[in-house]
Order: sequence, then C-alpha cells, then structure tokens
Amino acid sequence: MLKSSLNIKVDRRDAKLVMAHFYVAFIALLVGGLAGLLQVLVRSGKFELPAGIGYYQILTVHGVVLGLVLTTFFIMGFQLAAVSKTAGTFTNKQRTIGWIGFWIMTIGTVAAAVMILLNEASVLYTFYAPLQAHFVFYLGLTLVVVGSWAVGTTIILKYAEWRRANPGQPSPLLTFMALVNTMMWTVATIGVAATVLIQLLPWSLGLVETVNVGVSRTLFWYFGHPLVYFWLLPAYMAWYVMIPKIIGGKIFSDSLARMSFILFLLFSIPVGFHHQLLEPGIDPAWKFLQVVLTFLVVIPSLMTAFSLFATFESYGRSQGATGLFGWLKKLPWKDARFTVPFIGMLAFIPAGAGGIVNASHQMNQVVHNTVWVTGHFHLTVATAVVLTFFGVSFWLVPHLTGRKLTKKMNKLALIQGYLWAIGMTFMSGAMHAAGLLGAPRRSSFSEYGGAAQAAEWIPYQIAQAVGGSILFIAIILMLYIFVNLAFFAPKGEEEFPVGEAANQTEKAPMVFENWKLWLGITVLLILFAYTIPFIDLIKNAPPGAQGYKLW
Amino acid sequence: MAKAELKSDTKTEIEDSSSLKGTLVSVFFVGFFIVVLWVGVYFLYLDRF
Amino acid sequence: MHMHKFEKIWLIFGVTALLVFLSVLGVSAFYLGNQPPSCLAVVDPTKVDEHETFKEPGLKKVEGKDWDYELVFVAQAFAYTPGTVEVPLGAKVKVIATSKDVIHGFGVAGTNINMMVEPGYISEIVTTFDKAGEYLVLCNEYCGSGHHLMTSMIKVVE
Ligand SMILES: [Cu+2]
Ligand SMILES: [Cu+2]
Repeated sequence: MLKSSLNIKVDRRDAKLVMAHFYVAFIALLVGGLAGLLQVLVRSGKFELPAGIGYYQILTVHGVVLGLVLTTFFIMGFQLAAVSKTAGTFTNKQRTIGWIGFWIMTIGTVAAAVMILLNEASVLYTFYAPLQAHFVFYLGLTLVVVGSWAVGTTIILKYAEWRRANPGQPSPLLTFMALVNTMMWTVATIGVAATVLIQLLPWSLGLVETVNVGVSRTLFWYFGHPLVYFWLLPAYMAWYVMIPKIIGGKIFSDSLARMSFILFLLFSIPVGFHHQLLEPGIDPAWKFLQVVLTFLVVIPSLMTAFSLFATFESYGRSQGATGLFGWLKKLPWKDARFTVPFIGMLAFIPAGAGGIVNASHQMNQVVHNTVWVTGHFHLTVATAVVLTFFGVSFWLVPHLTGRKLTKKMNKLALIQGYLWAIGMTFMSGAMHAAGLLGAPRRSSFSEYGGAAQAAEWIPYQIAQAVGGSILFIAIILMLYIFVNLAFFAPKGEEEFPVGEAANQTEKAPMVFENWKLWLGITVLLILFAYTIPFIDLIKNAPPGAQGYKLW
Repeated sequence: MAKAELKSDTKTEIEDSSSLKGTLVSVFFVGFFIVVLWVGVYFLYLDRF
Repeated sequence: MHMHKFEKIWLIFGVTALLVFLSVLGVSAFYLGNQPPSCLAVVDPTKVDEHETFKEPGLKKVEGKDWDYELVFVAQAFAYTPGTVEVPLGAKVKVIATSKDVIHGFGVAGTNINMMVEPGYISEIVTTFDKAGEYLVLCNEYCGSGHHLMTSMIKVVE
C-alpha cells in the first residue's frame, strides 16, 4: 500500500518549494551565527561592538533569526519534502497554498528583521511586555505564524487526500509524523497569535494604554514550550525513520514511533508554567500540576532513546557483531549523514537530563534565568536539533537539486560535526557551570560593581568565547557545504532514505489516525491545566502596564 | 539426540543475534546520568538558602 | 502493539525515577513549604512609592510573624533600591520585591533567592540567611540597555 504513493524522487516542483524554505533557513544561519560570535566575544570582556551597535540588538537578531526563522523555515521545508516523498506529489492547489505560506512567512521575517536592524525592536525573541517594540515587529511575527499555518494546510490537505485514497490504511509514517507536528504547532501558535493580535499590536499602535503582563506571558509560554517540541519532533522524524535506512537497518517499531508522537501531541502543550515557575500571580498548586504533566512528556523521549539504541544494536548484530557493545563498531561512522545526527543524539542525553532539572518546580530557583538555561537549549535546539537538520541537508539538498554529496563534501561534513561537538562542549559546558554559580543569561559583559562572585564567572565566559568561535567556524563550513550541494556539486542521484519497519506484518493500529480523539484529549488537557489559573490571572489582574522602550 | 542439539544451538544463536542487551545497558547509562544530575542539583538546592 | 521486554524494564525504571523525583518535590513543596515564589498580591505599578510596603525599601524588623525581618526591594531600570543592605546571620527574612516599570529578574547569586519581578505584582520569598558572606543581587531578566548594570549587594554579617 505504501508503494502506490511512495515517490522515488521528490517531484521537481515540490523540490523548488522546499529549497525556497532552505535558502531562507541558511541565510538565517549565517546572520544568526555571526550575531552569536559577536555575543560570546563581547561577553569575554575583551571586545566591544563597533559603531554604537547594542549588545541586546545583536542578541535579538540571534534569537529571532535562529530560534524562530531558521527552525521554522527548515522544519516547514523538511516536512513538505517528507510528505511529498511518502504521500505523493502535491496537487497544484496544495503547492500554491504552500507557496503563499512561504511568501507570507518571508515577508513577515523581513518586516521583523528591518525593525530589529533599525533598533526599534530590541526586545529579544521572547518580546516580553511591557517592553514595547515597533508595531511592525509584532505584525511581522504574526505574518510568520500565519504563513506557517498556510504551509501546514498543505500538509494537512495532502494527508486527507491520502487517507481518502487509501481507506482503512495507516498513513505513511513520515506523513503521520509531519501531520502530528503540524497539528501541535497549529494548536500552540494560537496562544502567541492571541497575545500579539489581541494585546501587543493594539497596544503598540497606541489604541490601548496598557497591557496585562501576566496574561501576555502565560499566552506566550503556552506557545513557548510546544515551540521547543516543534523543533525537536522533526529531528525525531529523522532519527526514527531516516537514520535506520542510512545505516542499513530497520525501524525498531512503527507503532511505538507513532505512539510516542501522539504522546508528544498530548503533553507538549499543557506545560507552559514550567517556564513561569518563579513568577507571581500563579498559584503554586497549578504550577505543580503542570510540572507533573511536563514529566509525562519525558516518557516518549525515554521510548525514543530505547528505540534508537535498539535500531543500532539490531543492525550491528545482523552484521555479526557480538558482545555487549560490539554493534557500535558496525555503525557507519564515516558517513556524515549518520554521524552528524548521531552527535546530536548524544547531546540530547545531557540536554534532556538538564531539562528535567529545569522543570523540577522549586529546584528551578537554582537555575532560572541563569546562563545554565542558555547552555541547556544550546544542547537541545542548537545541537541535537540543528546537527540533525544539517545531517538531513547532506542528502536532502542534493536529492532536491539533482546533485550528489561527494566524498570530499562528506569529509568536510564530518569535520563540521566534530567541530560543533568540540565547540559546544566548551560553550555549553561553561554555560552550565557558570549558571550554577549564579551567572545570568541574556546579559552583556559586566563586572557587577566589582563583586567577587561576578569575577569568578569570567573564566567561564572566556571558555564560552573559545567554544563560540569554534562553532562559528563550523557554521561557515556548513554554509560552504550547503552552497556546494545547492549549486555546485556534480549532477547525480542522492537517495532520500525512508526506513522500513523491522516487523512488516505488524500493522499500526488505526486508532492512531483518530484525530477527533487525540485533538479532543489535547484540548481537554489544555483546558484542565490552564482554565482556572488563566481566569485567576484576569480576575485578579493588577492595573495594566504601560509600554517602555528602554534600549 | 544430535538433531535436538542442533536445534537448541540454532536457537541460542538466533537469540544472541537479536539480543538487545547492549541497548538495555545503554539506556540505563542514560537513566543513571539523569538521576545523578538531578540529585546533584537537588543537593545544591538544599545546601543554599 | 508489541513492546520488547527490555523496553518495558526501561520504561518502568524511567517512570519510577520520575515518580520519585515528583514525590520529593511535592513533599518538599506542599508539606515543608518550599514552594517556588508565587505571591498572588498586586500593586499599582505607577503608585509603588505610595504603597505601604514599598515606600521605605530596605530591611525592617517585624514582630508576630513567621519571619523576623522583611527585606524590601524596588526594581526599576536600571537599579535596585536599596543598593546595599546588611542582614544579620541566621535571620529568617521575607524578601519582597516589585517593579516600577518593566519585568526584571531578582536573582541573588549563590542562593535560591530567584524570582521574577513584574510590574503590578508583588514577589515574595521567605528564607533563612544562614551563611555569612557578600551576595550579589543582579537582574536576570532582560529589561533594556542597562540590564547588566543593575546590581545590589546583600551582606550577611554576624
Ligand atoms: Cu519548556
Ligand atoms: Cu534586567
């Protein structure tokens, strides 16, 4: 049943749409990476920004361009490719909707970027009110979200079409996963769209005087946590489905992969309070409830860890590996398509462990808003996720452009991955350590009036500068590889790897495709976790806050 | 007798080639890391005022 | 849907560990009172100076409460009031803070005193200053171009 829709090659017209997303994503990597380099240099205390450029302007560029633009564009492109490959070429109508979405997102990105460059929006990528950016910045972000909904519609329409054409059949695994992530994203972005459209936009236009800070933050974090899972799930798609094929093995279990994605859909959203554990206006019992729900979302990641190791071990043993860890030697370490995402998987071990610490209710007092948190998400999104995206690019870009990943590029790609691992070990490691000592995140270089404690942090900041510089070299290398694969690599065929399940006779239970059920539970959980504290925030609201431009 | 032996041999061999012992040990290493980090930070929390 | 025996063992271990974590946190929070700062009181951010608690920032001895002192901070871009304060060693103190403008992050390095300070809201945490030393108070939530220059100092003295 899969064969009827499985394309050997992504259709050329769909490929163009995907590549359009990738161009924006990799331009974002260049701009955001440069901003990151400047930040670590400033924070080392040995370098000052020229021409009156503000540290926080650069920091806003870094966060918006990498956290919102690179991720969203890459993910949308990747999911389009995965669906086009496994559920079939898009119809002209579907593709047109995708293009409209792409352009809306791009216009929004440019609008927001211009405001940041004009220093009208140095509010960081979390844009917490009552810091008030130019209204065009909020408008731009709204367009990015609305555009992503249009691209998501393309995926949803294709899925629906596939189901109609294949009644009673479970959808192709990659299409299923892309659909789950699209639905999670859609439900989650309603929160950020609400605060921007209902609160921040009218307020920045001067139509209303003040803003309800507590409500705005809660709506933002209702979106903010699923945002990180929106980044992670595409990496999981690659780990579950593509990596097994790349190494020559099988998907450990199709059904368990689907189950873990359903669990992510259910438990990624009603957990935003774990970012608001230390703030006033929210009853601690409701915070604890969301902490419990946060811990539930750990379970699908535990399942993923098992599945991945099992895939690797099964493959190794099928190649004659013996002993407890003999299978490790059978893995294709010389293949960047495997090794670079594998580094990402390894990074997810400390990343996930740190995440559990962050979400641990009162323990959050030890790490909240320290640079530990920055170290944490540079392991999650900036290593586990991004290295997987790079690993995907090594085959997907040439697949789409009709070129080949040459031996030389593969070698450079491996070096790029190693450099990333080294640079990030320095940078993220130093951030974690300094954070435990109390060093704050999101802060320019400061001696804090000569405080002894602040002096202890400086060696760690120098380590971060060393790590960050190595990472920047890795970024340049990655951009070189991307440009090569997009425009210069020799013409040829590059495989789009889609793994097969180890057990072909086991059909995925159809209940996984029952979206009324899953979306219903998702909504119920959200209502359960948010209704009462949200009403409290509105009912007990203090006088609203007026806007400030303090940069 | 010889036949039976052969049978049991193949059986152990199949079991070995599909064994997930290494996986079990690996995930428990992950679990150990999570517990150690969590307990470490928890004690830091207890130690501080 | 089939699940491998080892995966079951792993998930039982993992879920048990998570339950143990949650139990420890829950007992500490709900029975020992170690909740994260979650004060529900509000204040008009434009009238902070007139507010009973905030008109005189600094350390005050109090009677008949579960704590011996109240330590009041007012945050605004880009300074804390008071700029330095001495606290007697071993004092049980309720730290109270609010903001006159944007969101700030009231963090005391090397301690568990860490709370968001938001305009309109009062933030509180009760703790016993049981280790002598100089503790840097800083702002750990971005508040504008002088964010990294916001400081104060708590000196815990015998
Ligand atoms: Cu989160
Ligand atoms: Cu600040």
